[in-house]
Amino acid sequence: MIDTIPPLYAGTVTKYVFIESFKATPDDIAARAYEVSGGVMIKETCFGLQVTGPEEEVEKVIAHIREVDPAHIYVKDRGFPPGDPRRCRANLGGARPGYFGHEFEMGFIRRIAAGLEDLEREPSGLPASGDRKQIHEGLDVSRLMEIIEQEA
Amino acid sequence: MARVFIYPATSLILSDLVARFGHKPLGTALSVRERIQTAGLDSPPLQMTPDDAKKGLKWAAVEVPSGVRGRMSLFGPLIDQAEAAVLVSNPDFAFGCMGCARTDELVEYLVRRKDIPVLELNYPLDEEEGILFVRKVRDFLRGLESASPEKAS
Repeated sequence: MIDTIPPLYAGTVTKYVFIESFKATPDDIAARAYEVSGGVMIKETCFGLQVTGPEEEVEKVIAHIREVDPAHIYVKDRGFPPGDPRRCRANLGGARPGYFGHEFEMGFIRRIAAGLEDLEREPSGLPASGDRKQIHEGLDVSRLMEIIEQEA
Repeated sequence: MARVFIYPATSLILSDLVARFGHKPLGTALSVRERIQTAGLDSPPLQMTPDDAKKGLKWAAVEVPSGVRGRMSLFGPLIDQAEAAVLVSNPDFAFGCMGCARTDELVEYLVRRKDIPVLELNYPLDEEEGILFVRKVRDFLRGLESASPEKAS
């Protein structure tokens, strides 16, 4: 039985930072986050970070982290702070309940990264094209170069 | 900046894209955060309380299972304050031990019934679809800015 828990870290926000990049690891972005962390709390995880603190400071840290690889770093809100006994698997055992959703989406997040990289490459203001599949039937040279770079 | 309801409300992808393109994503985390940071008699070992099933009566009838009503106490206030919505249809992980198909249906119904712009998508199955997915979200969110310039920041 868990005792009654007072509000933890009231007035703060917690954000997940996920990284799925061949340029940087969770360890790299943790080091980068500590550069500007100030008063925020940073928890390193296998997939990235959890950042807890006043919203403005958290946003500043995230903006600094994102510069590393904007299309491969993803952020979302978290309701619970890190280590909360109602969710932390140190108390409960097994995977944290929200893990399964993250696992599902991280399985194909590279497709979203491809979309974000496409936006960076192409001039802004173009409408979404419904015929892209017909235009790009083969493998782009740029995509081939990217795969070679990732495998190197 | 528009408040955009996302569904699945725990979606990393939708939350990230909405925030990345300059709007505020309304997901479950906001409701849960509000509950656990509010002191009271129910500063509880659980984030859901029996009261939540009662609060859910605003959006679901009394004969609806308490699981749906409890979930609606999280999603309902977000739908009420939403100015737009991005929905992914039939996501696998929103059904099963952690999800609820009936809640999914009710949320979709309430969002469609509300007079707000709605973007409905499917998760991308390959990179080309991923490119289209991101572009559709980007264009939809840009459209919100031009539709309500006084709200754009």
